[in-house]
Amino acid sequence: MSKNVASIEDVVEVRESSPLQRILGNQAFWITLAIVIISIVMTILSDAFLTSNNLFNVTRNLSFIGIMALGMTPVIITAGIDLSVGSVMGLSGVILGLVLGAGQPMWVGITIGLGTALFVGGVNGFLIAYVRLNPFVVTLGMLSLARSQAIVFSQNKMIFDFGPEARRFLDLGGGALELGQFARIPNPLIAMVILAVIFWFLLNYTPWGQYVYAVGGNEEAARLTGVPVRWIKMSVYMLSALMAGIAAVLMVGWLGAVTNALGTGDELRVIAATVIGGANLLGGAGTAYGAVIGAVLIEVIRNALILAGVSAFWNGTFVGLFIILAVFLERLRNYRRA
Amino acid sequence: MALLELQSITKNFGAIHALVGVDLELNPGQVLGLMGDNGAGKSTLVKIVAGNFPASDGAIRLEGEEVHFTKPVDARKKGIEVVYQDLALCNNLTAAANIFLGREMKREFGPIKILNYQAMFNRAAGLFKELKSETRPRDVVRQMSGGQRQAVAIARTRLSQAKIVLMDEPTAAISVRQVAEVLDLIRKLRDQGMAIILISHRMPDVFAVCDRIMVLRRGQKVADKAISDSSPEEVTGLITGAIESS
Repeated sequence: MSKNVASIEDVVEVRESSPLQRILGNQAFWITLAIVIISIVMTILSDAFLTSNNLFNVTRNLSFIGIMALGMTPVIITAGIDLSVGSVMGLSGVILGLVLGAGQPMWVGITIGLGTALFVGGVNGFLIAYVRLNPFVVTLGMLSLARSQAIVFSQNKMIFDFGPEARRFLDLGGGALELGQFARIPNPLIAMVILAVIFWFLLNYTPWGQYVYAVGGNEEAARLTGVPVRWIKMSVYMLSALMAGIAAVLMVGWLGAVTNALGTGDELRVIAATVIGGANLLGGAGTAYGAVIGAVLIEVIRNALILAGVSAFWNGTFVGLFIILAVFLERLRNYRRA
Repeated sequence: MALLELQSITKNFGAIHALVGVDLELNPGQVLGLMGDNGAGKSTLVKIVAGNFPASDGAIRLEGEEVHFTKPVDARKKGIEVVYQDLALCNNLTAAANIFLGREMKREFGPIKILNYQAMFNRAAGLFKELKSETRPRDVVRQMSGGQRQAVAIARTRLSQAKIVLMDEPTAAISVRQVAEVLDLIRKLRDQGMAIILISHRMPDVFAVCDRIMVLRRGQKVADKAISDSSPEEVTGLITGAIESS
């Protein structure tokens, strides 16, 4: 038998990994552990960390990135990338503000705002899936294009008049579910949790999810077996943009105003969250839980540094270290496997 | 009436003539060995029958009826299954997921369709048992040996009632013992009345399992005869061109 051939003895040794091994080999598990450790350390170091006020702020802040990271996850699983989410958020928020400011009811504003996002995602998806342009370049172009259109539509002015239903609208993003004096759950967090469950379900229990993983694993094999590869690719970019639109609706409501700078630079935070949570930029891997936990880690680091009195200038350093650590862990796992 | 009939199939890629007027008839229960040097047109012929791309000229008939495939799924719907040379598997998915890719078993809850993992695992386990393979349905393909991957690719062809199975180098990257298993498998498929086209570089495999042999050279058919009327020496001569045709 030649060397590059596996013998039966080798094969029989290969067993399905035990539950414990699977957990230890799971990046999201380690990130969760890191969050728990940081939280314990911070609780000891700072009286302000484990207060309902701080947790309220932290969980609200992370929800916007978390929602977009959920949308980014299927894109990255298919070995794509969406650099335009920050700009889509900005454009979607501006359009939403303008429609509401024009006196339209809330549902019309939200529908048009989300519709704008879906349209932009559809353009991205069409160019990538059907015209076969490179996702990095298409969405880089859209990053510039959508941001510019946000400035054009807003005429570079801040929008803070949200029409007759302004109170309801502001409450949507800025409000909370009141569960007594110490427990207030911010609405964006509720939205993120619901969306996370939906994404978990879609990715794990529907043919669509199966196809998303298949496209990322071996696009040619997926095509040969009859997976509608182009439609799957288009759908992930539409979904990613839609999540940016939903994040925009919530964030504008929370901020109480919208400028065309909304979401600037968020694409990098979103991609960072997704990758830290275990998504592989080469495609084929990523989970809804990972996206959320990555967003949690980024926000917890930011919060911890502030509370520990470390200059906010250091924030990027720590987030950057975790991104590199995440890919390093991935590398290590693959090395052991090989 | 032949199960599969190819009539003067021609394929040009620009100025390159990959296939020139190839005829073929295949009957149920027949195993045809398709041989030829690299670039002789074997894979091109298989890909045309499998619906990967259309022929430039010529006709394909299935049980007498002319068919036109524009994509692989068309061919599969007509009962043509393919085991590709690179096996066309997704490394990041389980064996069962690969087998059912594109035709998942689902449970329906009103408008919502949910993947029925348990049913797929059970069915896949049954297929592996039939194939006497040690492959486990829940294992991820990335961790599998060449033989196990082969088993996954072959199990996929057994999912539907295929009439024709096209195999592109199924024994190229596996161990001797696994080759014997794959050849057994081919015989099993044949006994069930399937027609098989086996592309292989390995002369012993072809002579072990095929009834008929067809040799392509530079896109042209130079031989099509019963394996009992031929010999490895003759086939080698036909492949290299030392023997003009037979």
